[in-house]
Amino acid sequence: MPVQIEIVDELCIARLIGDIDHHIAKELREEIDQAVLRAKPKELELDFREVSFMDSSGIGLVMGRYKLMQEIGGELRLINIASHLKKVMVLAGLDRLAILDKPERKPTQKTQQGGDEA
Amino acid sequence: MKAINTIKLQIEGRSVNEAFSRTAVAAFAAQLDPTIEELSDIRTAVSEAVTNCIVHGYRDRLGLVYITASLYADNRIVLKIKDKGCGIPDVEKAMEPLFTTAPEEERAGLGFAVMQSLMDKVSVRSKEGVGTTVTLEKQLSRKEAASKC
Repeated sequence: MPVQIEIVDELCIARLIGDIDHHIAKELREEIDQAVLRAKPKELELDFREVSFMDSSGIGLVMGRYKLMQEIGGELRLINIASHLKKVMVLAGLDRLAILDKPERKPTQKTQQGGDEA
Repeated sequence: MKAINTIKLQIEGRSVNEAFSRTAVAAFAAQLDPTIEELSDIRTAVSEAVTNCIVHGYRDRLGLVYITASLYADNRIVLKIKDKGCGIPDVEKAMEPLFTTAPEEERAGLGFAVMQSLMDKVSVRSKEGVGTTVTLEKQLSRKEAASKC
């Protein structure tokens, strides 16, 4: 399974695993959307700790989840992004859409952290 | 300049082969002793180009993707990634960031932008009904030379 999903209160954590490319993106998208639409969380956290590779298919995945969270009035946060993944994300301007966070936070400490992007 | 080493790969345009193609090219490029970052750039650019062949070139059919990788003595790698698919009617338009003809698949339209940012040269030759060839070139750092100085 390329993604593990955990729901804690109003936080949905999706731990992505392996390579994110066009081949796997559809499955990831379906798994995550199913969980988000069921739980309607205030925040969706995409955890990239176990992601070994990502191309622009991953950008499409993040942008699509950003739209989904906007629709349900929630936030999207990206965490544990290795530098080679960040390069592609910043190129695509994802740092302007979602909150990019390096350190992993405990779900209980979720308030008042990260950038307050207007 | 003549290449010091060349490989040619011919793969069926199945999405499962995207991972194979980028890994195979990276393994070959390792002969130039690239940095981890350079290798990651090559892997990503190949993935973008091969995905384009599969998603756009062949769209709803299965076709072959041809990859040629050449290494040069001045620490350069040149990659040609070719399909015999539908071709691109307007290459300039296709290379614009965020332009995509497959939004339903959540394609971000950033494939060429990513290739251009990670490689030194990107050129596209395409003819409608004939196919598309993307040529990518990257100059790798010369570590031995730097350490000897």
